[in-house]
Amino acid sequence: MLALHDVGKTFIEGTADVVRALDRVSLTLEAGDFVTVIGSNGAGKSTLLNAIAGLVVPDAGRIVLDDEDITVAPVHRRAALIGRIAQNALDSTCASMSIAENLAMAARRGQARGLRRAVTAGRATEFRERLAVVGLGLEERADARIGTLSGGQRQAVALLMATIAWPRLLLLDEHLANLDPRTAAVVMALTGRLVAEGGLTTLMVTHNMAQAIRWGNRLVMMHAGRIIFEVRGAEKAALTVEALIRRFHVASGTDLDDDRVLLAS
Amino acid sequence: MTQDVAAQLQALVVNMLEQGALAGFLGLGVLISFRFFRFPDLTAEGSYPLGGAVAASLLVAGVDPVLATLAAVAAGMLAGMATALIHTKLRINNIVAGIIVMTALYTVNLRVMGRANISLLSVSTLFDDAAGAFGVGDQGETLVTIVLTLLLLALAGAALAWFMHTDLGLAVRATGENQAMIRSLGVDTDRTKLIGLGLSNGAIALSGALVAQDHGFADIGMGIGILVTGAAAVMIGEALFGDGSIERWVVATMVGVLIYRFLVALALRVGLEPVDLKLITAALLLLALALPRLRSKPA
Repeated sequence: MLALHDVGKTFIEGTADVVRALDRVSLTLEAGDFVTVIGSNGAGKSTLLNAIAGLVVPDAGRIVLDDEDITVAPVHRRAALIGRIAQNALDSTCASMSIAENLAMAARRGQARGLRRAVTAGRATEFRERLAVVGLGLEERADARIGTLSGGQRQAVALLMATIAWPRLLLLDEHLANLDPRTAAVVMALTGRLVAEGGLTTLMVTHNMAQAIRWGNRLVMMHAGRIIFEVRGAEKAALTVEALIRRFHVASGTDLDDDRVLLAS
Repeated sequence: MTQDVAAQLQALVVNMLEQGALAGFLGLGVLISFRFFRFPDLTAEGSYPLGGAVAASLLVAGVDPVLATLAAVAAGMLAGMATALIHTKLRINNIVAGIIVMTALYTVNLRVMGRANISLLSVSTLFDDAAGAFGVGDQGETLVTIVLTLLLLALAGAALAWFMHTDLGLAVRATGENQAMIRSLGVDTDRTKLIGLGLSNGAIALSGALVAQDHGFADIGMGIGILVTGAAAVMIGEALFGDGSIERWVVATMVGVLIYRFLVALALRVGLEPVDLKLITAALLLLALALPRLRSKPA
């Protein structure tokens, strides 16, 4: 359902600081795939997601979603198909608006927006039911402004917003990175639940190896703008953090020198 | 003596209500650009006199006052949309886009009027017609003006609050607050900016059209400093009410406009002259901006 063909992206080209963020990356996702993406800093993980979301326009290759070439389509045109959460919860929500208003905006993802009241009594009930699923007591605070929530609560709302209209593709860009371990576990459990419930095709970037191993049916390792190996199925289920570090060393010819990745594992 | 004070106070309050109600639409327009879109839209300096110029020219040409006023609103909306298009399609900074349209409108306004000012003393305005319809004549016209304008203002405020709670209204608000987020939900922000700035400058032009009809003339210079006036009203309201729900923001802006007009009328009455007005306006905006900051300073 999603296919990347030789996608390339180079930043600050023609200078000494040239960065090859994506170097002929090809990747195909089948419907229902849950792919975790791991790699060191600057491996190109975020650029990969941004290219699919339309925030970055590739300078080579093609991106095809549901048989439609979306390589250069503007963000708002592909939004009907793609739900995305960024690392910073501030980016995925509107702080001055209520939880219900944020969910109402997300519920109309990719649809025409007219002069109907956004939060009707019926919709408010529906939103409260969905908020109850989170298990953080947010259903009691549907009219509270997002700005009054904690980072974890905000990210949970962002997750509901990304999935409420059941997109074809869910992109998670280190969405647990700024959360404390306990909250991160709650939000990750919610992520798994929503992905399973909607059978969502998902691409999750993480720097946490244990998480990358535990979740999803496929794992992709990136390094220097390329996908250096992929693990799936039974092989992935049997994977350990140590084995993953060894495979990285063999495939990249370097050590995994990113403290953040190692410490998080 | 006490009778004299009472008469003075009454004159102050009447002036505040009349001028405040007329400027209320300006406040609502600036609320949209300054608060929801978070930038000082200088288009206002051109769309306010544009409203006055279009209404006055049409009235002099014999057009019905209601139609002339509606035409002024439409002209203002087009001015706001021009700013939005320059900003979104040509990717020019929104403040610069506003300055460009403001500058262009100076010529447009002169061309529309054919001269620097138009007197409306010899034609029947919206308020003359209304006073005539109620059979109150010239003495009662001030009262009719106040009641009619406050009624229109309440309607406009209610309509704005209602709009900001619709699906489209939410998208307009989100465009000002988190553009990347609302785009990722499928909203074409070029379009929401077009709508927002169109509404904003339509309201501002309505203010200009009504003020011209109340004062009996339209003048090329009537828009000078008008953005600061609107912003001062919005900020005074916000300083008193805080920022809360949409309804609260709309009411705060209307109250802010009234207080602003009261302070200006008071300043004129204690001996300051009309030439001092812009300085007073600037000082009021500065005060409204600085007070909340000084108050929240840690001891």
